[in-house]
Amino acid sequence: MAKQYETVIGLEVHIELATKTKIFCGCSTEFGGAPNSHTCPVCTGMPGSLPVLNKQVVEYAMAIGLATNCKITQVCKFDRKNYFYPDNPQNYQISQLYLPIARDGYVEIETGNGKKKVRIHEMHMEEDAGKLIHDEWDDTSLVDYNRSGVPLVEIVSEPDMRTADEVIAYLEKLRMIVQYLGASDCKLQEGSMRADVNLSVREVGSETFGTRTEMKNLNSFKAIAHAIEGERQRQIELLEEGKEVIQETRRWDDNKEHSYAMRSKEDAQDYRYFPEPDLVPIVISDEWIARVKAAQPELRSEKLERYKKEFDIPEYDAEIITESKKTADLFEAAAAACGKPKKVANWIMVEVFRLMKETGTEPEDLTFSPENLAKLIDLVDAGTINGTVAKKVFEKIFTDNVDPEKYVEEQGLKTVSDEGALKEVVEQVIAANPKAVEDYKGGKEKALGALMGQTMRAMKGKADPGVVNQMLRDMLK
Amino acid sequence: MADMANKISDETIEYVGILAKLELSEEEKEAAKADMEKMLDYIDTLNELDTAGVEPMSHVFPVSNVFREDVVTNGDNREETLANAPLRKEDSFEVPRTIG
Repeated sequence: MAKQYETVIGLEVHIELATKTKIFCGCSTEFGGAPNSHTCPVCTGMPGSLPVLNKQVVEYAMAIGLATNCKITQVCKFDRKNYFYPDNPQNYQISQLYLPIARDGYVEIETGNGKKKVRIHEMHMEEDAGKLIHDEWDDTSLVDYNRSGVPLVEIVSEPDMRTADEVIAYLEKLRMIVQYLGASDCKLQEGSMRADVNLSVREVGSETFGTRTEMKNLNSFKAIAHAIEGERQRQIELLEEGKEVIQETRRWDDNKEHSYAMRSKEDAQDYRYFPEPDLVPIVISDEWIARVKAAQPELRSEKLERYKKEFDIPEYDAEIITESKKTADLFEAAAAACGKPKKVANWIMVEVFRLMKETGTEPEDLTFSPENLAKLIDLVDAGTINGTVAKKVFEKIFTDNVDPEKYVEEQGLKTVSDEGALKEVVEQVIAANPKAVEDYKGGKEKALGALMGQTMRAMKGKADPGVVNQMLRDMLK
Repeated sequence: MADMANKISDETIEYVGILAKLELSEEEKEAAKADMEKMLDYIDTLNELDTAGVEPMSHVFPVSNVFREDVVTNGDNREETLANAPLRKEDSFEVPRTIG
């Protein structure tokens, strides 16, 4: 019988914090500035410059630690991790090794077999590195230090995951928690959330772990799932052939669906960590922890409870809408603007999610304003436009955030309910469809539908269906 | 501890040189070995002290919680940052290609 293998996965997740300034200097963290325009002597490692810690970084890190059930390290400090690479102008990264800000936490995920805890080993604060652009033609690389010194937290899990689905559930849970806290936008594509996957395989029932590899360069959930499956297969094949898995770092190439060894244990990095002498220790009092806890925004479970009490919407809808803070915020703002939470929930559940799926849009990338959705709902309720037209208008709101009142006016989309204006069209339809008219008069109720459809089409969908229905009935009496 | 207890091997001094990105001549290696041996001997002297019950020190100054507020204070500083660049291309540092 073929051997059965189990995959053992642990993650290192880097999350870029949503501060306005870098971790140790007053440079902006804004994305997309000209190369090196957000730099200073501190974040470019000039001799004699002194880092000063951004208090907001500590508070965001504490909030994430508390929300993931970690113990806060009440005396914590920074260490230097030494390595030479051009993305790192100081030749060391300021990070935390010995006393990281938080330890021993967990998050709960949903799996096919019920709830499961993924334990968090530790979480530390550190600075990001600069960005290297490799020139295709020249034999050079270009360095931009705008990202150098941008604050990160790294969350290191225990090797508690067994499948790609569990890994993705864990990442989605972390992302949801951090987004709810407002501590980061967690966009995988833009790199504000990054995951390194540590993976090994072992025979089912084995107590010891196999040799693990670490995979980097995973910037979408799809790439992570592919990389896990690919690496699992590669390691099983090696073992089946009687070969050994080598402990190494591998880079996943999602286009080629293949990973490459980056460096192996033989030239493993020796980071020579030592305490950072330029930064003083951080002492976190019980009062400070209590303050951060008290300032914590409403988390998802609390939001769900409130929705139950405040809004008359199905629990299922509430769960879907609160899966992302962005859709929850949209829902609440639109419901407040029009006072019709049930209708707003319907629009989000049906049209918003349909368009997101069709266009591959993540919740964080939604750009339309909730006020415009609220206005659209009011327009439908007032009978100014009908449901079919509203869906078309919403597509324009979704892509271009148009003001629906103006758009309906400009495009002449108002529902025509004036019988005088409809009469001519209805008469034409009756004259052009003698068969349907005959069928209807002969008792086939269905034939009226065909005539309705013809009329609506002739009116480009803008007629009031109730009025048209009544007119047809009256005229065919 | 009068006599030198610690010995640094040729391999160790070679490895430390690689980590520090230093090319050392034979004489320099010998001198560095002697220096490192002395340093380790001194650490051994410190280790003779009984530190049971003493909190590990995390910093030499009895100061903690020095913070700044999250307010942008620096503007576009790229000309000063790039002033010492050995090679510059537009607004970026230019370095030998780092990846294959």
